[in-house]
Amino acid sequence: MSARTVSHLRKGEKGVIKSFTDRGMSLKLLEMGCLPGCEVRLDAIAPFGDPICINVGGSYCLSLRLNEAAVIELE
Amino acid sequence: MKLGNIKVALVGNPNAGKSTLFNALTGLRQKTGNFPGVTVEKKSGTFKLPGQNGQQETAAIIVDLPGTYSIYPKSRDETVVMDILANPAHPDFPDVVVVVADASNLQRNLLLFTEISDLGLPCVLALNMLDVATSMNLTVNAVQLAMKLNVPVVRINARTGEGLSGLKEAVRQMAERVDKPALAYFYEPKGNEIQLIADVKRMYALDNDYVALQYVCQHDNFSFLETPARVALDKLIEKHDFDENGFLAAETVARYEKIKPIVSKSVKSAGITEQPYWTRKLDSVLLHPFWGYVTFAAVLILIFQAIFSWATYPSDLLDAGIAATIEWTKGILPEGFLNDLITDGIMAGLGGILVFIPPIAILFALVSILEESGYMARVMVIMDKLMRKFGLNGRSVVPLISGVACAVPAIMTTRSISSRYERLLTILVTPLMSCSARLPIYTILIALVVPPTKVLGVLNVQGLVLFGLYSLGLIGALATAWILSLFIPRKEPGYFMLEMPSYKLPRWGHVAFTMYDSVKSFVFEAGKVIMAISIILWVLSSYGPGDEMEKAEAAVTSSMPQASEEQVNAAISSVRLEHSYAGHFGHFIEPVIKPLGYDWKIGIALLASFAAREVFVGTMATIYSISGDFEDVPTVKERLIKEKNPETGGAMFTPAVCYSLLIFYVFAMMCMSTIAVVQRETHGWKWPLIQLAYLMVLAYVSAFVVYQVMS
Repeated sequence: MSARTVSHLRKGEKGVIKSFTDRGMSLKLLEMGCLPGCEVRLDAIAPFGDPICINVGGSYCLSLRLNEAAVIELE
Repeated sequence: MKLGNIKVALVGNPNAGKSTLFNALTGLRQKTGNFPGVTVEKKSGTFKLPGQNGQQETAAIIVDLPGTYSIYPKSRDETVVMDILANPAHPDFPDVVVVVADASNLQRNLLLFTEISDLGLPCVLALNMLDVATSMNLTVNAVQLAMKLNVPVVRINARTGEGLSGLKEAVRQMAERVDKPALAYFYEPKGNEIQLIADVKRMYALDNDYVALQYVCQHDNFSFLETPARVALDKLIEKHDFDENGFLAAETVARYEKIKPIVSKSVKSAGITEQPYWTRKLDSVLLHPFWGYVTFAAVLILIFQAIFSWATYPSDLLDAGIAATIEWTKGILPEGFLNDLITDGIMAGLGGILVFIPPIAILFALVSILEESGYMARVMVIMDKLMRKFGLNGRSVVPLISGVACAVPAIMTTRSISSRYERLLTILVTPLMSCSARLPIYTILIALVVPPTKVLGVLNVQGLVLFGLYSLGLIGALATAWILSLFIPRKEPGYFMLEMPSYKLPRWGHVAFTMYDSVKSFVFEAGKVIMAISIILWVLSSYGPGDEMEKAEAAVTSSMPQASEEQVNAAISSVRLEHSYAGHFGHFIEPVIKPLGYDWKIGIALLASFAAREVFVGTMATIYSISGDFEDVPTVKERLIKEKNPETGGAMFTPAVCYSLLIFYVFAMMCMSTIAVVQRETHGWKWPLIQLAYLMVLAYVSAFVVYQVMS
């Protein structure tokens, strides 16, 4: 079974970032403050289910596409 | 201390408030907005630094740089930051860098700060958005932060101007500092990086480890490095077996390891940190799968209603005022050449555009409110999935929406789109959005053929037709993007990843200024072109080759012996125009435009507006006041209504002709400035020429179909 990622979160559900599966995207995500060990919560889902908005560590709201969210593995 | 002007650079995350601070310091009006990526190129200004102990104040040059999350660029606009900061020979290389940080998200903002600091640049850290931090139950201890980071920290509020004197003082002290303390790097190189850095430093005579690392990682973006230098660096990378991607991720993680304890010491949280209450409440509606779209549609319809309904009253007043002024001027000036040139040439041409000040002012004010409030970022989110279907990006919404004002700045905003492919498609389709220069054409033609009745009690039918034309432009843009995406190969996947700013109340003074500024540039910039073309056109339509005009005039006079003087005069001015130079041009292209329903007079206006479509209405005004048999100098609109089709004897501007013209102007790329900006942004003539050809064919074919079906 593949690991749970941010794209699997339901609205309002929380998760803790474990690692990234895509190197190129991981750098951008790290720079945007998505660090391993950081808690994220799914706050909003745009029409047609994509993109989504996640709250990163309580500090801000980040919007990303589902394929970008699928790169972030959760603990 | 350094002689001459002190140079300051503003660096920070997107939407941290750099441009707002820049405006507060310089008194300039650089464009600001509440979404990431407003500033896409560097902008310079000057401000005064206070003198110490009664000394004279010194002038400082300040450069506002595009926002970036790190010094490693992800999109075209971000490359400019390191191109300046890594090159001491660059004219904008700063003496002091002011790092503007959003205090409500300090950890992420400090990543960039530690990178800038490691480059060995003298820094001042400006903490902005402390009010947002407070509403998130956060308190920031600036003194603690300054001690831990070993940098002057200043609390500011760029919107209100608080703390600016403290910031200036800190900048001055930093610029005057003589001693250069040894740099304590936030990131310490490891393993093979150490030897690689030593090699690069020796080869390029660098004294900073981190700058050397940037030569390794970013040399392809550095405009100041020649090809041999780049090749040599590639060889060094190979020699040391340096894994760039692995290094970048490791470096970023290592930096956060340093930052985390500093932030936890200096930022105290009272209770649970959350985005501000109103931002969460508004997002639950505005990002809602259903209500999000409903609100967005409502906002767009409101804009078009505003342009059509609210602007009608001041526009009608202006129109009547202009007509009266022309008549009055005609009366007081002595008859003859000068009178005609001033009234029929210049005043008719200018009057044709002044009428459009109210709708343009309203349009710019509303777009400015969207940008200031933070709603624009939400629109990008709800539109991303849809945009992707057409090969675009949610970020393409900004150019498409600002394209409604003007395509030239809109095309420049595409620089924040990280994927080159999505950016190119966005550039190619943005000119299809109906810009404010098309508004006068739409307004006047709609007023000719659409009755001003209301449906459902509130919606003006003319407003709905206008909405339809704008929608047609949007549909055309999306369809074009989709067709192009089938032909242009896509090389890399695009990112979306967008920070959602908290909502802010628009600053009304700022909105008012944007409105004033855009109206001013519309009147002066467009006015200059329109005035020049009006004069040329007047000359061309008042004179003809040889004595052709006189002959035609004599023929008319002798053929109408029974007619009244008034009728003869009207017939004379009409044949004179037909035999003038302009008339010849019009007749020359008439065969081409005849299938679209246009005669030679419209042909003159089409030709004149080829370089700038806003000229169309002014040209029509000039042509019809010269050829006019209208003694009472009515408004342009009335003249067009009275114009007769010589072949049918009925009205010239039938619904078929008007709709054909409307559709033509929705699609036609009649704007030199847009072609120039596309050439600059795509670095070549290939794309602007393809775009020009495609849009012209599209315009012609659609107008042809509309006219043939309707007539």
